[in-house]
Amino acid sequence: MQISARHSDNTTIFDVSGDIDLANSPEVRKALLREVREKRTPRVVMNLSKVRYIDSSGVASLVEGLKASRDLKLRFILFGLSPSAREVLQLSRLLKIFEVYDNEDQALSS
Amino acid sequence: MRQLDTRDVTPASDGLLLKLELHSDPQLLCVVRGALERLTEVFGFSPPDRRSVTRAVDEALTNIMRHGYNGRTDQPIEVYCKRVRPRPSERHDGLEILLCDQGPAVDPSKLRGRRLDEIKPGGLGLHFIRQSMDTVEYARAGGINQFRLVKYLQPWT
Repeated sequence: MQISARHSDNTTIFDVSGDIDLANSPEVRKALLREVREKRTPRVVMNLSKVRYIDSSGVASLVEGLKASRDLKLRFILFGLSPSAREVLQLSRLLKIFEVYDNEDQALSS
Repeated sequence: MRQLDTRDVTPASDGLLLKLELHSDPQLLCVVRGALERLTEVFGFSPPDRRSVTRAVDEALTNIMRHGYNGRTDQPIEVYCKRVRPRPSERHDGLEILLCDQGPAVDPSKLRGRRLDEIKPGGLGLHFIRQSMDTVEYARAGGINQFRLVKYLQPWT
């Protein structure tokens, strides 16, 4: 799994590639929470278009990012969900809780 | 891709198709996922069911690593994949996955999973497992935890 960040205006886009599972979800969690709680970035966007698989620990990291954002009245957005990622968010009844878009253009123009 | 007849996959006399022995290192989860993805494809599952089985096994292994072995990365885990006969009311074979570990006995009350009406991280693994598989059973014998998962084939095109 690789994660990198792009910054512009009041937005940080995390580009994630590979699988998010127990081996690396702590790294995702750490990056998200640092961006939200320490940097207070107004809009944090997760590009998941190259994430083929995400497990429950990865979902938990996203939930923590979401909750931290809501606590600070910041925005937390996902885009590019694979079928597997979409399924796990549906299974956990979280798909409607997150702000989700199909692609980066839609996410940034929202 | 055509749906393969599971009889094309020749099991051992006890139905065993694949056995994996691994250490409780999360870095190996992707390796097991890869094996299960291919096994379920060869077995004849539809793409959604392949994802379901792979997800369930991955989550079960994650639980063993995190809770059974408390994060230690050097403990043994065995995964047995077997073809099983159809349920009485069904026509199609199933794929049984038996996960074995030597961690402490599991409290069965902790195997129920949590309610999903609260938005919080954690506690989703068991829910994913139960949603994905037709049979989910736990037993302990001879100091070994045995987590048994079964998914039955469904016709698809």
